[in-house]
Order: sequence, then C-alpha cells, then structure tokens
Amino acid sequence: MNQPASAYFIEDRHDPNETHTLAVLVQNEPGVLARVIGLFSGRGYNIESLTVSETEAQKHLSRITIVTTGTPMVIAQIKNQLDRMIPVYQVVDMTQTKRSIERELAMVKVRGQGEHRVEALRLADAFRARVIDATTESFVFEITGNTDKINQYIDLMRPLGLVEVSRTGVAAIGRGPEGM
Amino acid sequence: MSDKSHDPNQMTGAAMIVRALIDHGVTDIFGYPGGAVLPIYDEIFQQSEVQHILVRHEQGAGHAAEGYARSTGKPGVALVTSGPGATNMVTPLTDALMDSIPLVCISGQVPTHLIGNDAFQECDTVGITRPCTKHNWLVRDVNDLAKVLHEAFYVATSGRPGPVLVDVPKDVQFATGTYHPPRKSDVHRSYAPRVKGDATQIRKAVALLANAKRPVIYSGGGVINSGPEATKLLRELVEVTGFPITSTLMGLGAYPASGKNWLGMLGMHGTYEANMTMHDCDVMLCVGARFDDRITGRVDAFSPGSKKIHIDIDPSSINKNIRVDVPIIGDCGNILGDILQVFKAEAKKPDVKSWWQQIAQWRARNSLYYKKSNDVILPQHAIQSLFEATRGKDTYITTEVGQHQMWAAQFYGFEEPHRWMTSGGLGTMGYGLPAAVGVQVAHPDSLVIDIAGDASVQMTMQEMSTAVQYELPIKIFILNNQYMGMVRQWQQLLHGNRLSHSYSEALPDFVKLAEAYGAVGLQVHKPGDLDGAIQEMISVKRPVLFDCRVAALENCFPMIPSGKAHNEMLLPEQANDEATAKAFAGGKALV
Ligand SMILES: Cc1ncc(C[n+]2csc(CCOP(=O)(O)OP(=O)(O)O)c2C)c(N)n1
Ligand SMILES: [Mg+2]
Repeated sequence: MNQPASAYFIEDRHDPNETHTLAVLVQNEPGVLARVIGLFSGRGYNIESLTVSETEAQKHLSRITIVTTGTPMVIAQIKNQLDRMIPVYQVVDMTQTKRSIERELAMVKVRGQGEHRVEALRLADAFRARVIDATTESFVFEITGNTDKINQYIDLMRPLGLVEVSRTGVAAIGRGPEGM
Repeated sequence: MSDKSHDPNQMTGAAMIVRALIDHGVTDIFGYPGGAVLPIYDEIFQQSEVQHILVRHEQGAGHAAEGYARSTGKPGVALVTSGPGATNMVTPLTDALMDSIPLVCISGQVPTHLIGNDAFQECDTVGITRPCTKHNWLVRDVNDLAKVLHEAFYVATSGRPGPVLVDVPKDVQFATGTYHPPRKSDVHRSYAPRVKGDATQIRKAVALLANAKRPVIYSGGGVINSGPEATKLLRELVEVTGFPITSTLMGLGAYPASGKNWLGMLGMHGTYEANMTMHDCDVMLCVGARFDDRITGRVDAFSPGSKKIHIDIDPSSINKNIRVDVPIIGDCGNILGDILQVFKAEAKKPDVKSWWQQIAQWRARNSLYYKKSNDVILPQHAIQSLFEATRGKDTYITTEVGQHQMWAAQFYGFEEPHRWMTSGGLGTMGYGLPAAVGVQVAHPDSLVIDIAGDASVQMTMQEMSTAVQYELPIKIFILNNQYMGMVRQWQQLLHGNRLSHSYSEALPDFVKLAEAYGAVGLQVHKPGDLDGAIQEMISVKRPVLFDCRVAALENCFPMIPSGKAHNEMLLPEQANDEATAKAFAGGKALV
C-alpha cells in the first residue's frame, strides 16, 4: 500500500456497501432532528431518504425513518451512534428484521397532449397511480409503493412530459402483530 | 399570591442555577462574566458556598474545569456569557467530549424574544455546541430550568462521561419559577446507560483468559473514569492472572508504572515491548479503551493472531475500528469485578512464563534509550529529573501537546489514577496551563506541574494571571526547544526537512514574562544546573514559569511510522537518516 506522507494511517476498505432502513424512535423535542442529521453529516454517513413525524403526540414521540448505505461495520456504527443519543429510545434495523414493509408516496406532474396524455393515463392505471389534479394539458398523479416502483414510474413518465416530482421519502413498518 | 412568596422553592432562574450547583455538591466553578450572565453573577456575589474562579479567557475556564474534573472524578463546571463567551468554549467542550470528561457548561443567551434576530452577542450556541457535547439544552421556560440542570449533571457524569451545555436566556434568568431538588424523573426515559456486563460474555472472556498463552491487558481512560474501584480491580486482575499490562495515554496511572507487569504505554510513541506484545499476543483484554488510530497503527495488521475481548460502556466503541471477538458492554469496574469472581472460582493462573521471557527480550531493546549530554539538556533527561525530584510527593501532572507530552508519558512514572491530565483525543495545545489551574483549585496543597512546550504554553499563557490572583502555585515546566518540536519532527521525517513555520522566532523571555505576571521565572541551560533549579521551583510557593532550555532538534522515539504495524517500529538507535527514510518511504519522495 502506498502511503502519502501523512500523520494518519490511510486504509483502503473493500467491504461492499449495503442499504439499510432504520426506524428511530425519539423524544419529540427541539433540535432532535438536527442531532440526527448532524450525526450523519458529521461522521460522513449517507442519507438516501429521511422522513420524520410525530407518531404519538401524548408521549411526545416521533418516528424517524432513515435509509442509509454503508459497509456492515459502518451500518452497525450508525445504529450504535444513534442509539446512544440522549433523546433516542430505540433504533430498529428494518432491513435486518427481513419482515418490514416500506412505502413512499410521490406526486408526479406530467404535461403533454394527444397520444402522450393517453399513454400517461394508461401507465398510471397499470401502476395504480391516481389522478389528483388535471388540466387540459397536464396531470398530477399520486402514486404509492416501494422506492423501486416509484423510480420506475417516474422513468416511464419522463418521455411523456414529466414536469416535476415531489416524494415523501420512505416510511417503514414491521409485518405481524408485534410493535416496535 | 402571598402563599407563593413564602415558598422557598420560588426563585429566579439565576438563583436556581446557583442552588442547583450547591445541590450537586459543586464548590468551585470557572467562569467569565458578560451581559447575558449578569443575573447569575449577581447571585454568585451574594453567597459563599460556591467559589467562582475568574479566568482570563473562556477557553481557560473550560480546560480548568477539565483539569478539576480529571483530578477529582467530579464534574467540572464552567460559566460563560453568550456569543463570544460561548464560542470560546468550543475547544474545551470538544476536548472533553473526545476524552470523556464530565463537564457542565452554563452559558448565557440573549433574551428569548431576541433569539434569531442577530441580537448583540447572539449566536446559535446549542447549534454550535451540538456536535461537541454529549447533550445540550436551550431553556425557554424558567419552570423547566431545575429539571434541565439536574439532568445535565446526570448526563455529564453517568454512562460514558462527557461535556454538556445548558444555554439560559437572560429573561429566563430574571424570571421567577419553581425550583425542585434533583429527582429521578428529571432524566430522559430514553437515556439508560448499561452498567452491568452480560454474564455469558463474561464467561466467554474468562475462558479465553484462562487458556491464554500470550495474553495482554490493554487498559484506557475508561478505567480511570469508572472510579477507584475499577483501578483496584484492574490491579487485582493483573496480580491474579500474572498477565502483562499496557495502557493508552489516557489510562496512565491505573496500573502503577513501578508495577512488575507494566510494559509502558503503547501506540505510536509507545514502548517496543508494549507494541510487540500487542502484535504477537493470542488473547487481548481491552478495558475502557477504544482502539484509536494512534494506538492501532495499521488496522489490517493490528494484532493479527489474537482473540480480542473489549469492555466498554459505550456500545458505539465496539467494532468501530477493530473487530473484536467478545464485546462486553457496561461499566469497567462492574465487569472487572465479575470477571475476577468467575476467574478466581473456575480458573487457575495460566502459565505465561515463556511469554514473559519473550517480553524480556523485547524489553532488552531499551526502546526509550537516548544519549545524555553534558553540554545540553536532553528533554527526556529533564523529565526524568523532574520525576526523580517529585517522586513520592503529592504531585499532579498536566501537559500541553507535542513532543514534551509524549516524553512526559514515556518518562514520568504514574503510580495512581487521576494524577495525569493531558489532552489525548483532541490534542489541544494550550490545555495544560489552565488545566493545572483547575487541578490546583481542587488540590490547593498539592504540587501541580504543567509539562509544557514553548509553543503550546503561549496559547493560554494569560491564565498565569488567574494563578497569581488566586495564589495557585502551579509550576509551568517548559521544555523549550524553540520549535514546535512535534511539527518539526514530522516535517523532518515526512516532508524533506522543509521546516515550514515550525520555528518559534521571537519567543518571549519567559523569565521576564513570569515577573510581569507577578509570578516567579526560572531559566536553566546546563544539565548540571537542572536538579538545583527543579528543587527551587518546587520549594517556591508561588506560580513559576520554568524555562528549561533543551536540545532543539531531538526527536521523539520509538515511533510507529504511518501505514506501519506494531512490529515495524522505528527504534531510537536505528533512527539514522537512512533507516528513517526507509521506514517512512511511501507515495511521496522522502528524504
Ligand atoms: C491548538 C493546536 N494547534 C495546532 C496543533 C498542531 N500541533 C501539534 S504539536 C505542535 C507543536 C507543539 O510545539 P511545542 O508546544 O513547542 O511542543 P514540542 O513539540 O516542541 O515539545 C503543533 C503545532 C495542535 N495540536 N493544537
Ligand atoms: Mg517546542
């Protein structure tokens, strides 16, 4: 290994990256989201998607769902680093449980005429996307599904006059009767 | 109305702060006033239970609080004003976070209605200090203040200790509300650090230890943080097993340097025997250390043949840099106790005689060798003389950062925990002098010495004024090589000896500087005068700046060059130009 002149040991790491979805239960208090995001930026972790909302208002609990990528060692670090934050109750690796359902919602605006309009509607039907707004030259579709399905739908809309997309990011929940 | 006015728990926010300090047993705080904390200063003025030490720069308050904390095991407390007061605390907070030092910082903030308006001396203190504290709070309602203060002390001192900050707007300090003494429910339900180790893991660890042929114990600052019981148990474990023990920079003193199983410090400037033992061991017991990059050297060649047991209270330390076989999460003291109990009941002392023979061969290489001179003081010799002169005395040592720090770690023998205060994780030049102030406040009758470098000491020199004001007889023992020696060493070894900006031109006359502060200045050039001067320094009951002129170009060895493993150390006798060039040969042409 060639070492540049440095006070640090420079390592090449070759472990392959994995994508994991983490559900993080936190106390809903000022700054909690900044803490979580700051952890990711400060330690150089990736955020592919992040959603957050209060889920139990009485107990001031919020749920943050994060999709991240990294080597297995980095993923383990991320979970431990999240878990040790003071306002974090619990971190569940939804990917590791292998029993989770993930969904995203997207609103997709498409502008076009004639054949393109017909085609867009036909595809929307196939993807179970709903029309939630329409003018004589445009549609806004609402589509729910996993990330792959939404990516695919957006790709198909592109040649048909895709104008813009708004996505919620991933929410995840475990299958079966048990809670987190 | 009148009911409330008779309630002793009705008070202003400022009064609550002082009251909470008292309730948490705080007797000394370090601070600097300003507009946003004046109500608190007004309360401090009107009581005598908490002594306030006025520093000369908020960074000094932070490091003094760190020194206080490290030398007592109690939390250190700092009080600073908004804006620049708070930003000046960023370095000590980060330092304390890296070295797991319990610190409670209270900062003033502009009144709530002005927050976000770019008001005078406003800054986003909780935003700025979020990544450099274990946790922080902005208190917007005086009725939340008591709870937050109590939680702050709990968070700082429990689990893996660390710095916390409570930001209190000025209107909250003025407002009246209800105080309550500390109670359990003040703490986040989501915060519950694990103390007790898992029994199955402990059994696995004992099985490994009992069957080890080439064991080593590698201990760190966590043992010292855990408290006196952990130190006692660590020593007992070494005794019961007969295993060799090494430690990180932060862990020095947990096992006595005069102990027969002591290998010296490990890591980049550790001893040859400590690093070779780590490299060739078959079982490694890591207690309260974190496999930091100054320790491991090249990660993929770190102790390749060993089974590793890792005791740490912070789960995020496990498998961060090095994959371990038996992680045990919990408090060191608690887990060491359990390990000892199982070991004593079920195992017999492993036979490690041939391992010790191997270690003796490594030790015989005498990796801390240096050549003494009659003409010029060698820095290593200066530390040894200081050590001899203070041996058996009630002494605390702090350091700055650089070569002198490493020489202090190598040549000063620590017999007890809490006696060694150094900036390990962050490597903060300017730490040692204010830390010594803090240590001396906690231990007024002890001998407190900052082993300093000529460059570092100038970063927080202003705290000499604090020492003089409070009659704190700290000794600043400057190994003056007229260089940023550690930088110069790296430039020599890695950058073709191009000494870019590492020479301290225009150094002050430290003797005159001492006198200007109202302290005592001493200077020594000749090896023959050293011992006498050190005696004089010790006997003076006032702050001393000791300008010890040492060899300018001495390098700190042994050393693990970058990208190398523990068994590829560069030893002092090999460190001629050619060998050095070869050891450091890499991507860049090196001379
Ligand atoms: C605040 C800060 N700035 C820069 C550095 C980088 N640095 C590490 S050691 C060093 C030189 C220290 O010189 P001196 O205090 O004279 O100690 P010596 O190495 O000569 O013993 C420098 C600049 C640092 N550690 N801390
Ligand atoms: Mg120097």
